[in-house]
Amino acid sequence: MIVINRHKCGHCGACVGVCPENAIDLVDAWVEVSDKCIECGICVKVCPVGALEIQHEG
Amino acid sequence: MKDEYDVLVVGAGPGGSIAAKTAAEHGLDVLLIEKRAEIGNPVRCAEGVGKESIKPFIESDPSWISAEVKGARIYSPDGTAIEMSEDIAGPEVGYVLERKIFDRALALQAARAGAEVMVKTRATGLIIENGFVRGIRGEHFGDDFTVRANIVIGADGVESKVGRWAGINTTLKLSDIETCAEFLMADIDFDQDYCDFYVGNEIAPGGYAWIFPKGKHEANVGVGVLGSRVGSTKAIHFLKKFVDKSCSDGHILEIIVGGVPVSGPLERTITNGLMLVGDAARMTDPITGGGIVNAMITGQIAGEVAAKAISKGDTSTKVLSEYETRWKSAIEDSLDKSLHAKEVLTKMPDEQLNMLAHSIKDVNFGELTATSLLTEITRRNPKMLWELRHLL
Repeated sequence: MIVINRHKCGHCGACVGVCPENAIDLVDAWVEVSDKCIECGICVKVCPVGALEIQHEG
Repeated sequence: MKDEYDVLVVGAGPGGSIAAKTAAEHGLDVLLIEKRAEIGNPVRCAEGVGKESIKPFIESDPSWISAEVKGARIYSPDGTAIEMSEDIAGPEVGYVLERKIFDRALALQAARAGAEVMVKTRATGLIIENGFVRGIRGEHFGDDFTVRANIVIGADGVESKVGRWAGINTTLKLSDIETCAEFLMADIDFDQDYCDFYVGNEIAPGGYAWIFPKGKHEANVGVGVLGSRVGSTKAIHFLKKFVDKSCSDGHILEIIVGGVPVSGPLERTITNGLMLVGDAARMTDPITGGGIVNAMITGQIAGEVAAKAISKGDTSTKVLSEYETRWKSAIEDSLDKSLHAKEVLTKMPDEQLNMLAHSIKDVNFGELTATSLLTEITRRNPKMLWELRHLL
C-alpha cells in the first residue's frame, strides 16, 4: 500500500495529477489513497519532497 | 447555497475566479466553490507573470505586486547569461505576484459581479444525466450536498478530478509534469531587477532553477525537475543543493511545493455541460511552466461561452465547441511551439545548452520577437535546424 508521510507532504496535488487509477485525492490539506491503488509507484516518483512510499505488507 | 445554478465553477484559482466573474457579468446565476479554507493559500507557484498579459483581467494593485522586474536572464550550465528585456521574455516576466492576495482579489471580483463564493467546499463527484453533466455532489464543512447546474466549469488545477469524472483522461505522464520545490528566502544578495532562470542537467534535469525577486531583499528560490528525470533525488534535494551554491546566506521563511503540467493542452476540454480551464485542462506553458495567464484567458472564454449556451438553452458539445475553437485560436500556437521546444531542450546535454547560449549571447534581444529569436538560434546553429523546425 501507499503510505503518505503527512509531516513531509506539502499537499501540492502532483501525486493526484499522475495517478493512472484516479485513486488519490487531495482533500483539503491532506492526501487520501483509495483501494483503487495498484501500487504502480508513479506518485512516489513525482512527489517533490519524497512524502510517499510503497510499504509492502507482511 | 441554492439547489440550482446556471453555472457552477469548481476551484477558485485565477481560472475559476475569472470564469465565475465573466459568467456573473453576463447575468448568470453562478456558484464558485473552493475546497480550501483559504483562497490563494497555500501557494504552489513561483508567482512570475507578464504585466501586460494580466491587464485585461484585473486593475493593477500594489497589494498583490511583490516586485516589478525589467526582464529575465537565462543562465546556461557554464554561467553564460542570455538577457531578455520584458517585451520579449514572454508572459512570465514583469510582475512577481503575492498570490495569496492576488487570488483573493480575483475571487472578490467574481463575488462583486454577483457570483456566490464558498470556501471549504469541495466537489466529490458529478451529476450526469442522459450524457449531460447536470451539477455536482460535494461536501461543505463536513456535510454532503448535491447542487444542480446547467454548466460545470472544472478549474480544479493540477489535481483535477472534474475532467476524470466526466470521462476525460487528464492523467499526466511523468514526462509531462514538473515536480517543484521553492523557498521564500530573506536577506539574500541578488539583482532585484531580473527574474533569473538557471538551466542544466546537474541543477535541474528537464527543468530549471529560478530566483524571482519578491522585494525587500526577499526572493522565491525554486527548482522544477521533469518527473521522468527524477530518481531518489527529489525536487527538494535539488533545491537545497542550489541554495547551498547560490544563496546559502539567506533565511528560509516559507517552503512551497507544486506539480506543474507540461503536457500541452488536453485534446478534449469539453463534454456535454462541462468545460475545463487552466491547469485542469493542462493549459500551462510547457517551457516556462507559467499557468496564470492561460488560466485566466481560458476562464474568460469559458464564462462567455457558458452565457451563450445558457441563453440558447443548449449546453451540448455542439455549442460548447466554441470554447475549444476560441482557446485554440488564442493560445494553441504558442503552447504547441513551447511543447516542441520542451521536447528538444529537455533532452539536450549541458555542452549543447552551453553552445546554444554562446551562439546567441551577443544578440540584442530587446529588438527581437520570440520567433526571430528562434530563427536567430537556428541560423547560428544550422545543425539544430532539424530539431527546432517545428518552432519556426
